[in-house]
Amino acid sequence: MINETILMNGYGLYVWSAFAFTLLSFASLYLITKTQYVREKNKFISKFGTLNSERAASAKSQSINREILSNISSI
Amino acid sequence: MFKYFEPNKIFSVTSKAPKYVLVLFITVLSIGLAEALILSPEDYKQSHSVRIMYVHVPAAWISLGIFSSLTILSIVGYIFKIRNFFLISKSLAPSGLVFNIVALVTGSIWGKPTWGTWWAWDARITSMLILVLFYIMYLVAWRIYENKDKVFRITTVITILGMINVPIIKYSVDWWNTLHQPASINILSKSSIHISMLVPLLIMTAAFALFSLLIFLMKYNTELIKIKNKGLDRL
Repeated sequence: MINETILMNGYGLYVWSAFAFTLLSFASLYLITKTQYVREKNKFISKFGTLNSERAASAKSQSINREILSNISSI
Repeated sequence: MFKYFEPNKIFSVTSKAPKYVLVLFITVLSIGLAEALILSPEDYKQSHSVRIMYVHVPAAWISLGIFSSLTILSIVGYIFKIRNFFLISKSLAPSGLVFNIVALVTGSIWGKPTWGTWWAWDARITSMLILVLFYIMYLVAWRIYENKDKVFRITTVITILGMINVPIIKYSVDWWNTLHQPASINILSKSSIHISMLVPLLIMTAAFALFSLLIFLMKYNTELIKIKNKGLDRL
């Protein structure tokens, strides 16, 4: 049973490599997208930290900015 | 109606959704992989190589679906001046490109045991390769043009030109004598695929659709934060 699942009548190499390529492509795209997301979020947080209290209050008046700050590890 | 699509209004949803979509994607993918690799039967003609269909076909369907969505969003966004539609299109494109590449590579792997060759300049395969070029042109346009109006105009033109290729991909197997087999699944008429193979195919399609949704949400959130970063610079 296990041998049949792995070898697949001689087609195993083709089948497994097609699935492996697909899953590796998915993993790569996920990691690249996540890295970009974390980088932009960290940039936002560090920029926000440099604002004086008046500008920080002005920025915080926008709901989207509050959301970004409150969802630090949302993914 | 379009005011509901404003980034400020939907970010509270899009920022929380990825973790739930990721869990759902992993669950559906696990079921799909078990069905595709173990539980589904082998084909009487192609034997186990038919299992490649469970990644090849959903990837091709979704890459075509995403490109069609890019075109519709770009045209509507351009006509009604809705910038958010361009942001949605830009966020959808990377997963569309990856699905297109997956369809080509897995098709090539499937071609070797079935046709005896990795590649043929067949109408279906060549038109899918042309679609990859349109995806690349679309993404490169976003990278090289700074002026927003110019990039909106150029990406809309690219998607319209690329869209001409979509029906060619779909009907290439009917219009020309090709190595590629005709469609086994028809929405309007009876499909020639057996239910035992149709079920895993649909589960894998659902898993791939969830993956493209996940990448879209993450990419869209990244683009919104990028815009907000520029906003902080202006404060």
